[in-house]
Amino acid sequence: MTVKPVNQKAWLLVLPVLLIVALNAIIPLMTVVNYSLQDTFSPGVFFYEGTKWYQDVLSSPRFHGALGRQFLFTGIILLIEIPLGVAVALAMPRKGPWVSVCLVLMALPLLIPWNVVGAMWNIFALPDIGLLGYGLNWLGFDYNYTQQPFAAWFTVVLMDVWHWTSLVVLLAYAGLSSIPDAYYQAAKIDGASSFAVFRFIQLPKMKRVLIIALLLRFMDSFMIYTEPFVLTGGGPGNSTTFLSIDLVKAAIGEFNLGIAAAMSILYFLMTLLVCWVFYTAMMRGDES
Amino acid sequence: MAQIKLDQLAHSYYPHPKKQQDYALKAMDYLWDDGQAYALLGPSGCGKTTLLNIISGLLKPSQGRILFDGEDMTMRTPEERNIAQVFQFPVIYDTMTVAQNLEFPLVNRGVDRAEINKRVTEMLETLELSSKANLRAQGLTADEKQKISLGRGLVRYDVNAILFDEPLTVIDPHMKWQLRTKLKELHQRFGHTMIYVTHDQTEALTFADKVVVMYEGQVVQIGTPEELFERPDHTFVGYFIGSPGMNILPCELRGYYAVVDGHPVVLGADYQQISGARVELGIRPEFVRFVGAHEQGLPVTIDTVNDVGRHRIAKVRLGRYPLDVIVPEGQEIAATDHRVVFDSNKTGIYVNDHRLQPERLRTGAGAPV
Repeated sequence: MTVKPVNQKAWLLVLPVLLIVALNAIIPLMTVVNYSLQDTFSPGVFFYEGTKWYQDVLSSPRFHGALGRQFLFTGIILLIEIPLGVAVALAMPRKGPWVSVCLVLMALPLLIPWNVVGAMWNIFALPDIGLLGYGLNWLGFDYNYTQQPFAAWFTVVLMDVWHWTSLVVLLAYAGLSSIPDAYYQAAKIDGASSFAVFRFIQLPKMKRVLIIALLLRFMDSFMIYTEPFVLTGGGPGNSTTFLSIDLVKAAIGEFNLGIAAAMSILYFLMTLLVCWVFYTAMMRGDES
Repeated sequence: MAQIKLDQLAHSYYPHPKKQQDYALKAMDYLWDDGQAYALLGPSGCGKTTLLNIISGLLKPSQGRILFDGEDMTMRTPEERNIAQVFQFPVIYDTMTVAQNLEFPLVNRGVDRAEINKRVTEMLETLELSSKANLRAQGLTADEKQKISLGRGLVRYDVNAILFDEPLTVIDPHMKWQLRTKLKELHQRFGHTMIYVTHDQTEALTFADKVVVMYEGQVVQIGTPEELFERPDHTFVGYFIGSPGMNILPCELRGYYAVVDGHPVVLGADYQQISGARVELGIRPEFVRFVGAHEQGLPVTIDTVNDVGRHRIAKVRLGRYPLDVIVPEGQEIAATDHRVVFDSNKTGIYVNDHRLQPERLRTGAGAPV
């Protein structure tokens, strides 16, 4: 047996990545960890507080409220966007000149900056001058998103569906176009109904892209900030204050560094946990 | 089971075909007998798959009709035609088990459960997949997957015809042999009309009762393997079938003999005079023979001799034209003064690529003039 020569030079090559990751991720994160364990009254003066902030956050009704709204929001938009995205992808033409027209139309909402989306919908939904708001009132609905929590939720969800369903459509469409014609032909020969074609050919072939779509939409919606901030500012009251909006209020509005840091860490761990679950599920899918 | 009739059938992938070249399939009239195994043979792009998809109903022809047992099927769906088709690449339903894959076409047609189970069990045995019946079809090898595709066609005993579109392309050579034998066996057992598309002549010749040779959107000959070999109707059939293919030599006709670059070749029959057309003589390398120094023959020069195992192939030159000669094992090739003779009964004359019918046959051909 020969002894493998030990070569430590590889560390040198890893060094740049290590430095970048340290600067942009590890150091800021550790700063947050640091804040979450201490209290301060004036710049440069810190006291060690142990897990106090964590206990405070976990037992605060305000955090529970924001977390609950966050899960509700994410749940609703996933339940709408994933099936809707798949349905739109199925309805899109598979070949011909309309393909590119559809793709461009689908990609448009994704290209608009998030705060612009918020501003657009803010005006669009205004009950006195906005097309949507005015229209709904004209139709006889009592709609005012600046005052009614339900109307605010309706608007935020509708905005997110408008903004992000395209992503699911594009991913699902990519999955669909990778299915060879022979599958559809074989299904015709086998006498399969169109539901069977969807259930046994299209859905299995789209499985992977749908998992990615689900993961992306989960992360994005779970961390949503800009659009509802511009649209409703978290209101009326706290009704559309999601986790990140609440976090920013605590950190910048109230300058509660310890609470905000503890919230950030918990927030981060939750996102990480869900991503890990998705990753494991995807890997298991690959093995079989 | 059905007899299939093509009535003035043609197809173009262009919406408004104008020229002959616009047609992937040129107008044809053929009758395919019930219970026969046909092979559709031809090079890539000759219209084989187009014809197959028209027969199965996946494609609507631009013109003409297709009839099963006299009933017009042109506008019917594949399901109404009750046709099974197996594709080049295995199509399996990933999320189903092997057994579920096989029962899928039966379940869709509402066959009752007991009958389904009986047929699926039997098919699993036939395909030697019984041990894998309850595995997910996704993890199987390519040839097992293709067996499942075949099986999904074959579990339907009552189909009008089973169509195969180069089904063995992705299969390992030793499995190819096995699957082909299996197909023949199943054909003999169930007697379905089978149509098998391939570009592999060995596959076509071993599988089929009749081989349909296609070339540039046209059927150039339908015949038994022997007929295709001995009497090709078209020069394309001559050189597509056989290894090496038929020798095609430009010639001039003089009644019962032809002149190839100044050398007279005796034919087995009398032919009418042809003018203003391309006339060629076709002779298979198997029917050209070197003769001894004292016999009469056509003088040739040898370029190369390749030993291919069972025999040798001599590449020679008759005047300006190259010629392949198959030299059987054991026969010596003389050192100098090479002469060949053509078997006059196996020599054909082709006018613009089509075989010319002789005016009358001759017995005991005379000496060349």
